[in-house]
Formats: sequence, C-alpha cells, structure tokens
Amino acid sequence: MLIELKDVNKTYYGAQPLHVLKGINLSIDKGEFVSIMGASGSGKSTLLNILGILDNYDTGEYYIDGRLIKGLSEKQAADYRNHLIGFIFQSFNLIGFKTAVENVELPLFYQGVSRAKRHTLAMEYLDRLGLAGWAGHYPNEMSGGQKQRVAIARALITNPKIILADEPTGALDSKTSEEVMQLLGELNREEGVTIIVVTHESGVANCTDKIVHIKDGIIGRIEDNREHRASMFGTDTIMK
Amino acid sequence: MRFDVDTYREIADSLVRNKSRSLLTGFGVFWGIFMLLFLIGGGQGLRQLITSNFEGFATNTAVVVPMATTKAWKGMKEGRSWDMTYTDIERFRRMIPELETVTPLLSRWGQEAVNGSNTVEANVKGVYADYSKIEEPRMKYGRYINDSDVAQERKVCVIGKRIYTSLFPGGGDPCGSMIKVGPVYYQVVGVDFSAGNMNINGSADEAVVVPLPLVQKIYHFGNDIGLLCVTGKPGIKMSTLEDRMRQIMAREHNFDPSDKNAMLIINTEQMFAIVDNLFTGLNFLIWLVGLGTILAGIIGVSNIMMVTVKERTTEIGIRRAIGATPRDILSQIILESISLTMVAGSFGIVFAVQLLRLLEKIVNARPDAVPVDFQIGFWTAIAAVALLTLLGVVAGLAPAYRAMAIKPVDAMRDE
Repeated sequence: MLIELKDVNKTYYGAQPLHVLKGINLSIDKGEFVSIMGASGSGKSTLLNILGILDNYDTGEYYIDGRLIKGLSEKQAADYRNHLIGFIFQSFNLIGFKTAVENVELPLFYQGVSRAKRHTLAMEYLDRLGLAGWAGHYPNEMSGGQKQRVAIARALITNPKIILADEPTGALDSKTSEEVMQLLGELNREEGVTIIVVTHESGVANCTDKIVHIKDGIIGRIEDNREHRASMFGTDTIMK
Repeated sequence: MRFDVDTYREIADSLVRNKSRSLLTGFGVFWGIFMLLFLIGGGQGLRQLITSNFEGFATNTAVVVPMATTKAWKGMKEGRSWDMTYTDIERFRRMIPELETVTPLLSRWGQEAVNGSNTVEANVKGVYADYSKIEEPRMKYGRYINDSDVAQERKVCVIGKRIYTSLFPGGGDPCGSMIKVGPVYYQVVGVDFSAGNMNINGSADEAVVVPLPLVQKIYHFGNDIGLLCVTGKPGIKMSTLEDRMRQIMAREHNFDPSDKNAMLIINTEQMFAIVDNLFTGLNFLIWLVGLGTILAGIIGVSNIMMVTVKERTTEIGIRRAIGATPRDILSQIILESISLTMVAGSFGIVFAVQLLRLLEKIVNARPDAVPVDFQIGFWTAIAAVALLTLLGVVAGLAPAYRAMAIKPVDAMRDE
C-alpha cells in the first residue's frame, strides 16, 4: 500500500475543542485515482492537510510507502512534501510575479537542481500540458484552465508519489473542469500517477475510479467507480 | 542557503516591484550612513583645520612672562614690576632638569621695514638659535638664525611671509638682499612661511627675526630678557613644573610665590587639552547623531519588511507547501533586507565621499591654506559596509522569524 492511515484522530483545541477526525482508516494503493468526498465541515480538508503533511495529527499512524509520517521536524516535512507530494489547489496558488515556467521550476529550485536543468525540465512539462507557448506569461495573463494546468505541471515536475488535488475545479467553469479532470485521468491511466482529489462536487468525484465518502470525521462508504456511474450529474458533464 | 542566480534575481524583483516603497525605505538608510560618514569626515577636517593653527608649536611649551605683583611681600608694596635677566636662563636650566629648551625672546613692535620703495610695519624679534624649538619655522627660502649668527652678532634676519610679500612683491629668493628694519640694515638669510596662528609676541608672518644680542643692544634692553620660553623633555607635563618655576623666580626676584599674577605662565598643554576636550565632545555628538539616524533608517527597513511579509503570507505559504524549508524562507527575507540596506547604504557612502571631496576642494582652495584632509579613510568605508551588512541582518531578523512562522496551510486559507 502506498498510503495507509490507521485510526487517525485530530482535534482542534479552541474555545470549544473540535474533534474533526474520529479514527480514520484508509488505504490507497499505488496508481489509484481516488476522490474524497464530503460536505463542508466533514473533515475532508483536515484529512487532506494531514495527507499532504501540511498539518499534524494527534493519534494514530500515517504511512507513505512504508515511511511513518509523524512528529517530523519542519525541515523534514518540507523535504517530504517536496519529494513525495505534488499539490494542486483550488485557487491555483501560482506566484503572481513569476512566469509560468518559473512557477513550474520552483519545487526544483528548493531541491537545489541547477538552473539550466530545472528550466529544461519545466519546459518539458509545460509542453506536455500544451502550454509551451505560454511559458513566458504571467499567471494574470492566462485563463483559469491554463493556470490550473501550470499548477499541475508544477505538481508533476518533482515526479512525486502522490498528487493531492484540493477542489481542483472549484474555480473553473464546467467545460474547463471537465478538461482538467480528463487530464488528471489521463495522467493516472497513462503514467500511473496516484491521484487523490478532495471535492464536494459529485460530478468531479464521478470522474475518479474510487470515491471515499467522509462524513462528520468518519469514513463512510467507499464506492468502486470504475464504471463512472456514481453520480447522475456526472454522466455527461460536470454540473456547476 | 542556496547560491543561485535566481535567488538574487528574486530579491531584485521583489525590491523593484515596490519601487517607491523600496526607495523611501532605502532613503532612511542612505541618509543615515551619509550623515555618519559626512560628519566623521567633517569632524576630522575641522579638527585638522583647528590644530593647523598650532602648527609648528611644540605641544609641551610654556611661556613665562613677568608681570606687576599683586601682593605685598617682605615690606614691598604690590604693583611692583620686575624683569627676568640672563642669569635666569641658566638658573632654570640648572634647577629644572626636566626642561629641554630654555630660551628668551626679546621683541620690539612697530618697526618700519624698508626695501627700496616698499615699506611694511614689522615686529622685530631677537632670538637665540634654539628658539626654533619653540616656534618651528617652515623655511620657504634660506635658513634660520644659527649659533654663529648669535655669537658673532651678525646683522642677518629671517623674515615672515607678510614681510616677504610686501618687501619683495616680485617674489623670488630674497636671500642676500639687504633690508632696513628700524635704524639698521640686515641681510635677509631666510623666509619663514610657518602658517600657525599661535604665536608669541606677534605673528610669525609679520616678524623680522634677528640674533638676540642685536636687539638687546640696538633697543637698549640691558639685562632684561623679555620673555622666557621653555619646552619640557618628552613625556614631561608642563603643568607639573609650573609651581617650581614660580618658586625659583619668586625667591630670586622677591615676590610672593603664591602671587600667581606676578608671573604669568602660558601653557600650551592647557590649550591643547581644551581643543582635545572640544573634539572628544564633538566626536561623541557625531556618533550619537550618525548612529541615531542610521538606527531610524534600519527600523524603517524592519518595519517595511514586516509589512512585506504580511502581504506575502500566501506566497510564502505556497513556497512552504511545495518544499521550501523554514531556513529557505529565513534566508530569503534576510537577504532581501541586507540587499535593501546595502544598496541604499552604498549610495550613502558614495554621496558622502563625493561631498567630502567637494568640501575638501573648496576649503583647500583658500589662498595659503594648509591642506586639510576631510576624506574618510578606506577602512572607515569598509567598516561602514560591514556595519550595513550587520544592520541589514538585524533589520531582517524580526520579519524573517515572522515569515518562518507562516504555515503552509495558510496558503490555502487565505482566499
């Protein structure tokens, strides 16, 4: 198993302690295309943060490829994020004053890859996503779909074990949403990238092969969705 | 820290992105370093300008002047005047071995010096050869009065700058020419250009210096030696000898040794001490103002960096999410802060150096000026650069720690 969560608990201690994740058990295999679906407040964002090593959990165990991810130092966590995980965010989170290719290069910069090499590699990935001609453009000169594709290139460039996508279509219209999901599907099928999509849209979830429902901090149903018939909204297109 | 061209390009980018902000913040540092260096240079020049007034004047010199007594003593009334005599010279030498030079000075004011149709009012000073140890001459032409001149009572003279320019308006070496001063013709043997403004019995500029026995005879001074000038041996403080000098003279010339007004001792040491104190105070002010201004500038940088970090929370969060370590972020912010202070500070250094150069040019362009050095030293400039780097780090520290505390999750929350 690539990802294994065993009885993971997380509580936010505020004025009123909030038990967000109540014993999560989840296994995801290499090459899977999974969506985690739930309403807002279900704990799916917290789960994503823990999967992405952006946040700590209180009890339980979380393994990536057999490595226990627990009590890491900031430096180690940064290192794991850099090498093991690629992030795709709802709001793209590209750096506005950097061009497309510079944005894609950034994870390699933090790996200490030489300037020439990371530039060639970034151009290669942009080319694969059909954006070679846009390499020198700034994010605000691009459409939402293009921006998300730049973000996908940035997530892929370190050749991570997992791609974590947080509402990847949240800021896109239905047509581009569909294109982005198709792109993720292709990456999964053709290159065997493990992709985990967190969403509240059933249409988006329907594009994935496995849907994990999360509700009130507990994993509910896990649907096998290789037929892509889980949602009536997702059969033809993604409803917005 | 990663040494990568992009690291520096990124710093340049982020400073240029907020042009007016960087400019205004940088101005504080610029002005601070400029003020400090300019004041240091200016203070140094001023000091040289003032000490040049004492040029050619031995630093541990005292002049002993007999005055009217102000206290009654041994049945004699106050207000009695007395003169020092030739035996007093030997008496001082014998009884105060700490003295290096003891030499008298006889002078006569208001003598007309004549060369052909040129005339000028001069002050005739009669000296022994060792008087040059008291007021060091700066010979433009010829030589100073020597021992043989004195022994043979030669009618020779050394003339000051003003006498020279008045009597020899055509310039050139006047040595060998005869000039008439008062009733006597003297042969000019030297021209003294010493520029100091500290003089005994009139400026060196307006003096005609001749062997002392001539003055004694021509102007009928008799046994009176006028003033006595003394210098201490190296390391001797004149102030410690004052009391003994007074005691010796009081015993010899019958006045109250506690009557300080009967014998005036003018001690250069005190004047130098006053100037020294003045400049110690001035230097303190310079550093206070200079460092204070820099500090204000640095606080400005720190503040702006704080704002920048706040503004860039999302960006820093993204960087953290895709693998930047806290150290990467720390070094980025500190490097930005150093760059801002260094660039602004370097302009300050250059501006200060240029302005000091201009000032030096103007001051040294005065006619007959002693060249004064306003420019700061090379190592002062290097120290300033080191100071800037240090201050850059200090300014960046607080904002950098704040940036380091930004969690990657913040990137996603901030929408």
